[in-house]
Amino acid sequence: MQSALHPAGPEAAEVANLWWAMFVGSILIMILVVGMIAWGLLRARGDEKLAGKTMIYLFGIGLPLVTLTALIYFSVDLTTRSRSGDTVAATIEVVGKRWWWEVRYPGAAPDGSDIITANEIRIPAGQPVEIYLSTTDVIHSFWVPAIAGKLDMIPGRLNRMVIQADEPGEYRGQCAEFCGEQHALMAFMLVAQPPEEYAAWLEAQARPAPEPEDPFLARGRDAFLDAGCGTCHRVRGTTADGVLGPDLTHVGSRLTIGAGTLPNGIGPLAGWIADSQSIKPRNLMPNFNNFDGETLRAIAAWLESLE
Amino acid sequence: MSKRDLLTEVWRRPAGIRALTEVNNVYVGRYFIATAFTFFIFAGILALLIRLQLAVPDNDLLDPVAYNQIFTMHGTAMMFLVAVPIMEGFAVYLLPQMLGARDLPFPRLSAFGYWCYVLGGILLFSSFLFGAAPLDGWFMYPPLSLSQFSPGVNADFWLLGITFVEISALTAAVEIIVGVMKTRAPHMRLQDMPIFGWYMLVTALMIIFAFPPLLVGDAMLEGERAFGFPFFDAARGGDPVMWQHLFWIFGHPEVYIIFLPAAGIVSTILPVMVGRPLVAHNLFILSAVSTGFISFGLWVHHMFTVGIPHLSLNFFSAASMAVAIPSGIQVFGWIATLWGTRPKMTTPLLFILGFLFIFSFGGLTGVMVASVPFDWQVHDTQFVVAHFHYVLVGGMIFPVFAALYYWMPLHSGRMMSERVGKWVFWLKFIGFNLTFGPLHFAGLLGMPRRVYLHPEELGLGPINFVSTIGAFMMGVAALLFIIDLIRHHRHGPIAGSNPWNAGSLEWAGTTPMAPSGSTSLPPVQCRYPLWEDRSLNDRVQAGEFYMAIPATGGRETMRTGSISGEPEQVIVLPGPTWIPLAAAISVAFMIVGGLLYEGWMILVGGVVTLSLLVRWSWSTDYRHPEEIVNVGMNTRLPTYGSAPDSHAWWGLATALLADLAAYGGLLFCYFYMWTVAPEWPPEGIEATGERLPVAIAAAILILGSVIVQGSVIALRRGHAWIAKLAMPLAALAGLAWIGLELGVALDAWPEPQAHNYPTMAWAVLAYNMLHVLVAVLMALVVTLRLWLGLVTPERSIMIDNTALFWHTTLAFALVGVGVVHFYPLMLQGG
Repeated sequence: MQSALHPAGPEAAEVANLWWAMFVGSILIMILVVGMIAWGLLRARGDEKLAGKTMIYLFGIGLPLVTLTALIYFSVDLTTRSRSGDTVAATIEVVGKRWWWEVRYPGAAPDGSDIITANEIRIPAGQPVEIYLSTTDVIHSFWVPAIAGKLDMIPGRLNRMVIQADEPGEYRGQCAEFCGEQHALMAFMLVAQPPEEYAAWLEAQARPAPEPEDPFLARGRDAFLDAGCGTCHRVRGTTADGVLGPDLTHVGSRLTIGAGTLPNGIGPLAGWIADSQSIKPRNLMPNFNNFDGETLRAIAAWLESLE
Repeated sequence: MSKRDLLTEVWRRPAGIRALTEVNNVYVGRYFIATAFTFFIFAGILALLIRLQLAVPDNDLLDPVAYNQIFTMHGTAMMFLVAVPIMEGFAVYLLPQMLGARDLPFPRLSAFGYWCYVLGGILLFSSFLFGAAPLDGWFMYPPLSLSQFSPGVNADFWLLGITFVEISALTAAVEIIVGVMKTRAPHMRLQDMPIFGWYMLVTALMIIFAFPPLLVGDAMLEGERAFGFPFFDAARGGDPVMWQHLFWIFGHPEVYIIFLPAAGIVSTILPVMVGRPLVAHNLFILSAVSTGFISFGLWVHHMFTVGIPHLSLNFFSAASMAVAIPSGIQVFGWIATLWGTRPKMTTPLLFILGFLFIFSFGGLTGVMVASVPFDWQVHDTQFVVAHFHYVLVGGMIFPVFAALYYWMPLHSGRMMSERVGKWVFWLKFIGFNLTFGPLHFAGLLGMPRRVYLHPEELGLGPINFVSTIGAFMMGVAALLFIIDLIRHHRHGPIAGSNPWNAGSLEWAGTTPMAPSGSTSLPPVQCRYPLWEDRSLNDRVQAGEFYMAIPATGGRETMRTGSISGEPEQVIVLPGPTWIPLAAAISVAFMIVGGLLYEGWMILVGGVVTLSLLVRWSWSTDYRHPEEIVNVGMNTRLPTYGSAPDSHAWWGLATALLADLAAYGGLLFCYFYMWTVAPEWPPEGIEATGERLPVAIAAAILILGSVIVQGSVIALRRGHAWIAKLAMPLAALAGLAWIGLELGVALDAWPEPQAHNYPTMAWAVLAYNMLHVLVAVLMALVVTLRLWLGLVTPERSIMIDNTALFWHTTLAFALVGVGVVHFYPLMLQGG
């Protein structure tokens, strides 16, 4: 769910409550305003005690003073409590790119190296994690409505926020700062897992890609490497070591491809490789439509096998 | 020739092609309104395309590039080509007659502003013809808008076109401020001025301070795109967030620059509709003024998600909520005004009631987004889209429709259809709420703004479909309005004299309004003169009061005391001339040259523009042969006023305030970089230079200012020969300063492309060099006029204004020199 009204984390939950309180308050004030206009035009005689300046002092100054003071108090309190915190269960770096997300777990591999993945952020449920946000091109904004509000990714800056998902689940997020042609299809999944599953996932991600189990998959891998996909993509355990596009070492384990554009699977993968420009026009990957059908399926199957 | 005939004759618009030379406010104001309305229709069509694309999930009607162009141009056009100009149009059209003057004090400036606006607007929209419409969103954030990510001319169209259009906002602001302060009805004290005048005064002052920082930002962004000056490029020490500050320092006041005139319209029309003066007039003035002030302290609330420290977030959050109080005063002030009246439900009143509803709702969601944690969620989502449409359409478009219906008889002499008007209102009102009400929830349910599609899986289909239906209802309303607008010119009932029984002076006389305004200018000592004295209208038309006969034989208006409104002078106004149009065309030539990267076009356009401006200034310091004339009512007034009484001096002083705002914006950026960058100046980069030549240069420039002031005093004492010989020396002093400064900077500073630090220093220096160059030019023009006998002790506005400009330039330059040469050394303990 990509919704601020279905919160699954502490910040989003408090903001949702704040929203409903403000919503009800606003409706009441609108009823007051419309009621006063209607009464004033249809019923009032004009010489009531409340008429004239009294009305302005009471409703135009008094009412906002009281309600705004209350709102500022709650709002400042919530701001101060949100997003910060030193005790965290995990540190994750998310880098905005046109139009996908690089996700890094610094030093999280058993050998102390970074784990790098894309468009999917896994976190342990019920624990605070810190996210460092940056960009390598234009400004993007990191937003998972069900968990927390957004924070921008700005060239030359590093932003930090602490978030938490209360329950295991999949929460969709999306870029919120206009970043060009494919701003609309720059999404990702935030997957909160029980801590032990999360630890197992980290361990799996640290491993290089396995050797293909059968000749068909091997054919896919070879075609992938021959076609030069490794110029932009990395698959650890092979010669593909590009850094321009998403790291595909464990692409098979992800829920979506194309930064949340399609569900993962052999069909969508093949479609993406051959014709990503129709699926996500003007994304930075050209169409690779010169494979024969069998080869294309083999590449897709091999990628799908990289779990 | 009768009185009336002479008056009509001197204010008559030239026929045929020479109609383009007209500068009178009654024409220029309507051109503004009509042009802005045309752009409103264009931008509205773009809005319908946006809604068509979003009507259903995964729609492929528009590709992302087309969509991005369309939403960028929709926002840009609505803000810069519709909202601001249409309000300027109403002010230019209505203010003089409402305040009891014949025209604004600088008619040619209004006309020049108009031509810049219309040419700039056409230029912007022409980008569609080349498939190169701007597509980076109306706030043009770098680095997306830098050439690396926006290589085409799209962004240049925006930056150059908007800069061009902004000229008109600034000229109108100068015009309005001086008009309100110096050319009111005889004896109209400031406190008796109609409320619309107050709102426009505050608005114009806000324009003076808010628009120049945007122009500075535009120049920086274009400088980075065209020449690689790294203002915003983080890799070379710049900061993209600096643009956001500049943009929103303009952009937030902009919202109130749009809203306040609309509030002025409502405060003018509502009392007429309910037949009773505005309740708590002074509280309204207080609200307008405080809104103006507070609005400059809110800009960071557009940047809550940038990652700014929580403490400053809380400050700007509280300030943003505080602005709800003046809004509350106004909303309940309007309710108090209509309280207990039983008005007829006319179309203008309906639009005002619609405004009250929609604007109140927009204000409430505005308070919501002022809450930092809530804004973190809804910022850059459809919630914000819904919020600002409630504020802007509710707060601006609805009052504009009320104004069009209400003041239309002044233009056409006829009334628009009440029956059609009710259809227009209800379609617009229901359509609007259908369009934007549901979008609040689209945002909360996860729909960002500026997305060209929403995937099926987000479940946003039904909300968006309803929204699109609402948008087309608004489209039908606009169409009905246009049909009635055309139809009523022939078939509408004749309006006659004061059809709404209004209290303000633009209704004195009959409809349609004559270009001269009313036949005679009555003394005014109350806020609703036509209510106060029911016979006033007839007496005005009978020519009983001031200036019924053109005292100087040509176009003229009265200068009055800023506070007291006492008659002071007859200002002889310029009549029709080609100069404004020609100057605007030559500026357009420069702009197109900039778009094509054709240096010669910029050069030619620049030289022609400069020549036209000198030609223009040549006729500014006019002295009428008759020194004192009879203006009627046993009053004799001088035809010349010297600075600082003259409107010309006020005009320059106001323009220099805008200049100060621009310079302030630039210095803000300079010091901003010192504050945000961890180490500044960066290791190994120096941009200060030798201090001795800089100090000598400063002393020379001070000397230049002293020479100019000495010339002014000498001339006043009758020693014109001293001024004749001294003024060229001042020009030389200016040139010497430029030479010395340039020498130091070229010698010691790295080239600006290297890093943000030298770029900022060069920018401060260049700003001052440009000023000194203008000061030199002014000194030379004054010298020439001194020798020709056109500047004399009795005719001294030109030299007085030149002195004012010189001293301001000197002050700017000394600050600039201190900032770039000495401040860094001071910090380093050097």
